[in-house]
Amino acid sequence: MTKTITEINEKISKGDVVVVTAEEIINIVEEKGVEETAQIVDVVTTGTFGPMCSSGTYINIGHAKPRIKLGGGACHLNDVPAYCGFAAVDIYLGCTNLPEDDPRNRVYPGKFEYGGGHVIEEFVAGKDIKLTATAYGTDCYPRRKLETWINIKDVNEAVLFNPRNVYQNYNVAVNLSNKLIYTYMGALKPGLGNANYCSAGQLSPLLNDPLYKTIGIGSKIFLGGGVGYVAWQGTQHNPTAKRKDNGTTCAPAGTLAVIGDLKQMKPEWLLGTSFQGYGTTLTVGVGIPIPIINEEILRYTAVKDKDIYAPIVDYSEAYPQVKPGALGEVSYEQLKSGKIVVQDKEVPTAPLSSYTKAVEIAEILKDWIKQGRFLLTEPVASLPGPESGLTFKLLKERPIE
Amino acid sequence: MISKRIVLKFPHRLVDQPIVCNLAKYFDLEFNILKAYIIPKEEGLLILGLSGEEENYNKGINYLKKLGVIVQSLSQGIIRNSTRCTHCGVCITVCPTEALVLDTHTRKVHFYENKCIACELCIPACPLRAMEVHY
Repeated sequence: MTKTITEINEKISKGDVVVVTAEEIINIVEEKGVEETAQIVDVVTTGTFGPMCSSGTYINIGHAKPRIKLGGGACHLNDVPAYCGFAAVDIYLGCTNLPEDDPRNRVYPGKFEYGGGHVIEEFVAGKDIKLTATAYGTDCYPRRKLETWINIKDVNEAVLFNPRNVYQNYNVAVNLSNKLIYTYMGALKPGLGNANYCSAGQLSPLLNDPLYKTIGIGSKIFLGGGVGYVAWQGTQHNPTAKRKDNGTTCAPAGTLAVIGDLKQMKPEWLLGTSFQGYGTTLTVGVGIPIPIINEEILRYTAVKDKDIYAPIVDYSEAYPQVKPGALGEVSYEQLKSGKIVVQDKEVPTAPLSSYTKAVEIAEILKDWIKQGRFLLTEPVASLPGPESGLTFKLLKERPIE
Repeated sequence: MISKRIVLKFPHRLVDQPIVCNLAKYFDLEFNILKAYIIPKEEGLLILGLSGEEENYNKGINYLKKLGVIVQSLSQGIIRNSTRCTHCGVCITVCPTEALVLDTHTRKVHFYENKCIACELCIPACPLRAMEVHY
C-alpha cells in the first residue's frame, strides 16, 4: 500500500481524510495491524512543547522619519539587547538575551526573570514593546537616536526563525556531585536526588519519523499556534547518533530549523521561560503532520514510549567537562513512571517538556487537517540522514599567539 | 478535630507580644510553625499548622482577630497560576512534601494545597513562573 501526499491532500480538501495523533495510532495499529491501518489512516499528527533556546524573531520595524540606520548601531527591546547587524531597520531578538543590568549569576543562583523569550511572548500577545536604539548617522540615514513603542500589528514583518528546535530525543540529566546544581535541565539535587528529562517521547515529531523520510525542508508545520515551515536541518543536527532497531535514536540527534509568521502565532504557545541559575529561554509549541504514505512510515509513527531510550548523563562533571560515557539508558515508559534506577539507587524523575500540551498541539493540528484548513506539503529537499555521515563536532580550539 | 494551615500577619504593635503560645495555653490548640519572619514596616508574618477541637479552633482564631492579627488560609497564600502552568512537571521533585504531583495517567500536575508547607522552593524552580506567593 502506498499513498502520495497529493492523494492525501485531495482527501483533506474533500473532508474525508483520516487523521489521528501519534498517541492514538499506537492502539489502532495494535488492534488492526499495520496493513489495515495503513489503508485507513492518512495522517498522524505529532507535537512537542518544551524549552528551546535557539529561538528568536526578526522584525522589520519600518523606517523612521527622519531615517535611522540601526545596522552597526545598538538597539534594545524592553531593555533586552537585540541584534542589528543587518540593513537599516531589520533586527533580531534571541530568547536567551538578557537586559545589561540583569545581575545574572553574580547573585547565585540568578533568577533570570526577564529576557528575550519574555519579550517575544509579550510581543506576540500584542503588548507594546519599548524600542530604544542608537546609530552613528550617515548622509542618507541622519538620525542617531530612537525611542518609541512598537506593536506587532504595526511592524512590517515579524518572523519567528529558530535555528534549532524539536530535538530528536534528549539526555536525562542527573547530578552525581554533593551539591545542588542549576542547569538548563532544571535544578538537579545532589547525590542522584532527581532525574530530569525533556522529550514528548512517543508524541515527539522526529521520534515518529526517525529517519526523516517525510519531514524535510519545506514541511508545513504547527509553530507557536500558527503555521510555519521547516527551513533547514537545525544546528547540531546529528543524524549519525546511535539508533535502536526501530530507527529511533538513543541520544540527542536530529534537529530542525523552523520559520513562521509571528503575527499569526499565539502567546500560549510561545512562553517566556526562566531557568534559575541558568538563564532565559522560550518554550515553543511545534506540531508536525506525518503523511502515512506507506506501511514503513506507519510503523515508525506507532512507536511507543517503552521502545524509545534516552541516555542518563551527569550534569555535575561529565556534561560540563565533556567527558564521554552515559550512566545508562532508560525508556520513556520508565521515565514517565516517576522513578528510574541509576547506580542501584531509585531516583525520582521529572519532565521539562509538557506531555499534555504536546497532546493538545497534536489535537489542534488534527482538527486543522480535518477541517481542510491545513494541507500537507511535499518536502523540497530531504534532511541529511544517517547515510550523510554528518556528525556533531566539538570546537577544536587553536591558541592565538 | 480540625487542622488547618494558616498565614498570620501581625501589626507592628504586636510583633513583640507572646501570642501564639496563648493558643496552646487558653484554647488547647496544637501549633506547628512552618515559617516566621519580619516583613517591611516591621510587621510579623507567621505560617502555622494549627489543630484542635473545632470550637476551640474557632475561639482561637477569634482571639487572634480581636487582637488585630490578619488571618488568611495558606491555600490563598501559595497559588498556582493555571494560565501559566503547562503541566510540564519539573516542580514535582523540587516539592519536599508531594504537594505538587504529576498524575501518571493524565500527565497533569496536581497541586494539593493541604500538603503545601509554604517553603517556596517551587517559586523559582517553575520555569514559567506559574507558582505565586500571595501573602
